[in-house]
Amino acid sequence: MKKSLLQEFFKGFWEILPPFRLVLGLCPILAVTTLAENGLGMGIATTFVLFFSNILIALLKNVIPKKVRIAAFIIIIATFVVIVELVMKAYFFPISQKLGLFIPLIVVNCIILGRAEAFASKNTVLRSAADGLGVGLGFTMSLVLISSLRELLGAGSVFGIEVMWSGFEPFGFMVQAPGAFVCLGMILALINLVPKKI
Amino acid sequence: MEYLVLAVNAILVKNILLAQYLGNCPFMGVSKKTDTAAGMGMAVIFVMTFATFITWFVHYYFLVAFNIEYLQTIVFILVIAALVQLIEMFLKKSVPALYRSLGIFLPLITTNCAILGVAVLVITKDFSFLQSILYAFFSGIGFALALVIFAGIRERFEISHIPAAFKEMSIALITAGIIAMAFYGFKGLDTSLKSILIK
Repeated sequence: MKKSLLQEFFKGFWEILPPFRLVLGLCPILAVTTLAENGLGMGIATTFVLFFSNILIALLKNVIPKKVRIAAFIIIIATFVVIVELVMKAYFFPISQKLGLFIPLIVVNCIILGRAEAFASKNTVLRSAADGLGVGLGFTMSLVLISSLRELLGAGSVFGIEVMWSGFEPFGFMVQAPGAFVCLGMILALINLVPKKI
Repeated sequence: MEYLVLAVNAILVKNILLAQYLGNCPFMGVSKKTDTAAGMGMAVIFVMTFATFITWFVHYYFLVAFNIEYLQTIVFILVIAALVQLIEMFLKKSVPALYRSLGIFLPLITTNCAILGVAVLVITKDFSFLQSILYAFFSGIGFALALVIFAGIRERFEISHIPAAFKEMSIALITAGIIAMAFYGFKGLDTSLKSILIK
């Protein structure tokens, strides 16, 4: 049974929600989620790359020879990453400084290559666009969720706005590397409690 | 002495997996058995050192020379992808024994962000050529060390009772968190080594 365009779009929000359902692209989700703002920035940058690379790969799927497809996908993805990198440096300089190394690393984010290989290279342009946008926004949602939680517990604020009571002692642990792993593991366990198909 | 600090830093204090969050996909993906983890670790040490060796030259003698540093990402990933392919072909033809043990990990390495990450890091940190190579080599060792420790723990999961929701990835991530906490303890080592160096 073929899914409708809308279903293709919405599956990224739950059924294959990265990184919980598709356990891919862990590096950005662990590294940049100390502040909600960084999580959102990273999510939007990834969505942009995923959306456009999915469209371009779907357009070129019959032109690219099977044997060199992975290399071709990587070049297409890298092109969009360079665009994002330059745009962010020009217009969103503070956030691009904070994300630093992790913007060029979008190239090797397995979610993007994974969608290119598993979806865009087999489906029409429209469906690939819906898939790319859905998975990208799902990823952004997860990033914002995790980063808000870590910022809330680690610094007592969300998006830089103080929300905790005045005597709140932030857990330094949450903004450090160990906190990232434990926090992601806990959320993953919670999500596993809910069935895949609702 | 300077290189000792670099080594301790790259292997223990700023471990690439546990403190810098690079290369987590293979960390979760190939850590179910100690032998495969060791194989992956060796392949990463090898490719990481070699890739940094080449990208360092590419950056300073090609990108900087032609004033096209903004193409760094695209050029580096191409170099790494081509290099991995070359290594694979070379090993297959000339060192079949090594190919049999490392071969299956090589294609996975192209998308290992630790390789590209280290290649970019040594440029942003303005390391000299020797420093870059050593940093890449020691980071690879740090990666292999963390991976093997982690796989050793994960092997035990098969015989332990884990609540259904925590099975597979979830418990693995929490374990990684605990190992990261242990590695966090090495932070003091860095300061004490540096104070010895100043004396």
